[in-house]
Amino acid sequence: MSNKTLTRRGVLKSGVGIGAGVALPTIFTASSASAFTNEPTGSSVTLGFNVPQTGPYADEGADELRAYELAVEHLNGGGDGGMLGTFSSKVLDGTGIMGKKVQYVSGDTQTKSDAARASAKSMIEKDGAIMITGGSSSGVAVAVQGLCQEAGVIFMAGLTHSNDTTGKDKKANGFRHFFNAYMSGAALAPVLEKLYGNDRRAYHLTADYTWGWTQQESIAAATEALGWETVENVLTPLAQTDFSSYIAPVLNAGADVLVLNHYGGNMVNSLTNAVQFGLREKQVNGKNFEIVVPLYSELMAKGAGANIKGIVGSQNWDWKLENERGDKYAGSNAFVKSFGEKYGFPPSQAAQTCYAQTLLYADAVQRAGSFNPCAVAEAMEDFEFDGLGNGPTTYRGADHQCFKDVLVVRGAENPSDEYNLVEIVEVTPVEQVTYAPDHPMFAGGALGSCNAGA
Amino acid sequence: MDAILVQILNGLDKGSAYALIALGLTLIFGTLGVVNFAHGALFMIGAFCAVTLQRILNLSYETVDPDKTDFLGQPLKVKTPYVESWFGPDVGAAIIDWSVPLAILFAIPVMLIFGFVMERGLIKHFYKRPHADQILVTFGLAIVLQEIIKANFGANPIQTPAPEMLSGVATLMDGVVYPVWRIVYFCFAALIIGGVFAFLQFTTFGMVVRAGMADRETVGLLGIDIDRRFTIMFGLAAAVAGLAGVMYGPINAPNYHMGMDFLVLSFVVVVVGGMGSLPGAVLAGFVLGILESFASTTWATTTIPGINQIIIYLVAIIILLTRPRGLMGRAGVMED
Amino acid sequence: MFGLDKKDLTLLLVVALLTLLAPFILNPFPTGSGLAQFNAGYPDLMQRFVIFGIFAIGFNILFGLTGYLSFGHAAFLGVGSYSAVWMFKLLSMNIIPAIVLSVIIAGLFALVIGYVSLRRSGIYFSILTLAFAQMSFALAYSVLTPITNGETGLQLTLDDPRILGASATADGSIPVTNLFGLEMRSAVNMALGPWNFTFSAGYYVCAVVMLLAFYLAIRIFRSPFGMMLRAIKSNQNRLNYTGLNSRPYTLAAFVISGMYAGLAGGLMASMDPLAGAERMQWTASGEVVLMTILGGAGTLIGPVLGAGMIKYFENIFSKINDNVLHGWFAWMPDGIEDLTVTLIHPFIGKGWHLTLGILFMLVVIFLPGGLVEGGQRIMRLFRRRKATEDDQTKAKQPAE
Repeated sequence: MSNKTLTRRGVLKSGVGIGAGVALPTIFTASSASAFTNEPTGSSVTLGFNVPQTGPYADEGADELRAYELAVEHLNGGGDGGMLGTFSSKVLDGTGIMGKKVQYVSGDTQTKSDAARASAKSMIEKDGAIMITGGSSSGVAVAVQGLCQEAGVIFMAGLTHSNDTTGKDKKANGFRHFFNAYMSGAALAPVLEKLYGNDRRAYHLTADYTWGWTQQESIAAATEALGWETVENVLTPLAQTDFSSYIAPVLNAGADVLVLNHYGGNMVNSLTNAVQFGLREKQVNGKNFEIVVPLYSELMAKGAGANIKGIVGSQNWDWKLENERGDKYAGSNAFVKSFGEKYGFPPSQAAQTCYAQTLLYADAVQRAGSFNPCAVAEAMEDFEFDGLGNGPTTYRGADHQCFKDVLVVRGAENPSDEYNLVEIVEVTPVEQVTYAPDHPMFAGGALGSCNAGA
Repeated sequence: MDAILVQILNGLDKGSAYALIALGLTLIFGTLGVVNFAHGALFMIGAFCAVTLQRILNLSYETVDPDKTDFLGQPLKVKTPYVESWFGPDVGAAIIDWSVPLAILFAIPVMLIFGFVMERGLIKHFYKRPHADQILVTFGLAIVLQEIIKANFGANPIQTPAPEMLSGVATLMDGVVYPVWRIVYFCFAALIIGGVFAFLQFTTFGMVVRAGMADRETVGLLGIDIDRRFTIMFGLAAAVAGLAGVMYGPINAPNYHMGMDFLVLSFVVVVVGGMGSLPGAVLAGFVLGILESFASTTWATTTIPGINQIIIYLVAIIILLTRPRGLMGRAGVMED
Repeated sequence: MFGLDKKDLTLLLVVALLTLLAPFILNPFPTGSGLAQFNAGYPDLMQRFVIFGIFAIGFNILFGLTGYLSFGHAAFLGVGSYSAVWMFKLLSMNIIPAIVLSVIIAGLFALVIGYVSLRRSGIYFSILTLAFAQMSFALAYSVLTPITNGETGLQLTLDDPRILGASATADGSIPVTNLFGLEMRSAVNMALGPWNFTFSAGYYVCAVVMLLAFYLAIRIFRSPFGMMLRAIKSNQNRLNYTGLNSRPYTLAAFVISGMYAGLAGGLMASMDPLAGAERMQWTASGEVVLMTILGGAGTLIGPVLGAGMIKYFENIFSKINDNVLHGWFAWMPDGIEDLTVTLIHPFIGKGWHLTLGILFMLVVIFLPGGLVEGGQRIMRLFRRRKATEDDQTKAKQPAE
């Protein structure tokens, strides 16, 4: 982006109207003056919240947007401050970011790469957004991350679980707080071994697109290391709604575990169908048949209803974390309190990630003393923090991935209310889910150098 | 062998849904000559009739349980549905359990009225308009309907489970098990399809409608108010789509865009069956359902990678190229 | 001039003027004001306007003239985008070879699909094209991932083996698409009092291409070939009985319209080097159908208006949130402000689909000829006399 000028927002917004509409085009400026894209010069700074508002993930997007609004409120000194009080870094003081009031614009990704990029571009070009964040699928995250790299703004990924986001498609301007498929596999494996033993035969149903493949690869690698056998991996089309013809062969495949590498509506439907076919009550090889859903979310649990009882999966965070596992996960309760009091229900993991990402960005700017994306990225790289609900966490500089504990959860048998659909089985410590930046599942990409635009 | 049998059952089951939707779509095509892009939305509205009834039955009053706490640490409010307090917990729970079958009774009047209103209020004015205008207006309507549903029920799927008695699996023969509800769905579809055909074949009303499908003008000249009958046919088509939706709920949880998911597919089914042919639509529904099931077996996907992604469209192309008017189409319907 | 009669020339000049002045016209509100939300004059959206305009103009050559309703036109746009991005990856960042290749590939694709699909007419044709497009989408999303990069979409990377030009710039970034050195991303800002206008290089490249495409479309509409296509629309049987084989004409129209779609796809990738499979989905094909009908099928300018309308709603209405609303109505007393916001809330932000759906219905119910007819009615109101016979025939082209 070479077009943003010093004058653009600053001069205009602060109302230095230059003699009210003098008809001479006196201020022609091309690629000059400003040091980086959308440098905020007035008394405010604009963040872009790009979430799915239409399409199947609209509810998840709505939850993300709630979290963003809450984060903005807290950054500007409103509300009860939420996790600002527990965050280990204390540079944010409720006066916005570097004294500038935080404003935001929102847009609709439609969960399509094209629409998401169009929306992000409009935020950058029209609204002067200095940072873009959000999203509810990996395809969108990778596409928008690429755009932000080119435009010279920071991208703080929302919910994206594919290894590629911080692997093959990683970018210097992009950062991910959410966990990934590899971590799911690494966190689940020991728990699966404990629950189901180490001589199991797993049958995989996998959504036939990039995320599904990385998910399947990760889980298969992790479980095979335990001694499990992967009987079959069947790819299912994204548009599939009725999975009966994929579930039926599982009955006679000799497998005793079904792994559903599906997300969102796909997962709700495939799990519903699997339960319909009586897989949960089935006995194979003298063992109880088990179903595993590697990536869980609260909304999926809600959508799947009673079908998730007893089914194991992994999560980035859960609102009960601090209550059940103690002070190590400080921040969780503070966040649940301010979110719950404002909206009337506990936040989802997507909301927590988005809230944390906004705070992390603000904090990095404050510490760097500049909105320049390169300075911000430098401040974020290898930053160690605590108190954002996930316990001690590191933003690894080599691939811009956060490393923190991963939750293994299970669908509750008798939920006391609709917010307790899952129970925490285990919290896998960060050491077990850490991998080398050049791990083969993440190879093939390069961060490149940071781009500040202008 | 068993695997093949199960896949045929799966195909019949998918085919039932396709056939029911395609049947209604063809009724509208055939009688009114209208391309109804809102037909998927009618299916979706049907499914949400079940959701609505479930919500109504679950209307609850709240009591505070001081022993438990909610997520904010305050005393938990326990909800008890009114039906349970009126009829006692057992009967109440049974009523809620049977909400999907009960929703059939609820959906029939709702869908009929919905169909009448839609035809009288909107579609009627588009009989003489080009097909393109019909597409635009019904597509607009479909968007409006699904957005209204989304605004009220959210975008997330909502489970409408089958009654306890009809869930679970049935053992058909040694080693072959199949979900009970899916068998119910197939029987239900067969019943509806049979009913519609009998209605058209054996009643005077049906005879007039069939005559109207063949030559609307002449029937009008004979002094028969064919418009009124067509309105009723539209209502009937809406009811068929709606019932297909109600019963589909327990198979896959309804969400607001399920209509759009089925829309394109049902058009393909109708066209493959042949425009204006009711038996064609039903036949094509089952044929495509079964082929889709077989294409998703490992055997098929290893032979031709990606076949499960495209099978329906591939079959549609082959059939349309070898049989110009689909399986059982008549000449001259929607060919220009 | 240009071989056009006076009326068409006027239309072309008006369109040219509007396109070139678009950065002003689309930015009517001062940047700082609350209404700036409705400004559409930023490069990305302006580019989308003209690119989808090209797409719709091309679609209209097939649909508006021959009456063949293709429900799979997005496939050509998608194929065009993929070709262009591959050209950037392999050859050079100059947009000319990329666009040329995307037009050629889309044309070939259209030739094959058209040859098969045109064996049928009416709805059978529509379903055939739909089937081909859906197959392309499904395969691009899954099995063809090595070529298309599936879900994520095909993007440029730092290690592309670019034959003419570097894989990465000196400072380690991906090079920018350009036209002989003129970067598509570069732009000039002009501040004029409280207004701010952006002139983007990419937009003007697109605009010039669109004007050429529009000019070509006028020529096709007015040519003997165009006449032949209209004859096919009004009665294909009669044409066949006169001993004419109409297939070559429809096929030519199909291929031309596919090449327009490919051009649009190539331009889209040139402005933003990414090609995603969703571009080929049936919803994308449906969108161009809606654009054309909404604007006025069979008219020259209609499809462009329709394209602009839909893209405007998608990009502007989806971005209005409650926060913005409260900003607008802050001058009202508190209670009334909240009420107003609550009333408008369902139609903006996540409700932009609803607004669009209502708009579709209103336009088609009250303006059977699409937006063009709306424009004509307003013109007639101003002139206070009946529009000329000529206008009438133009607007009343049945859209079958």
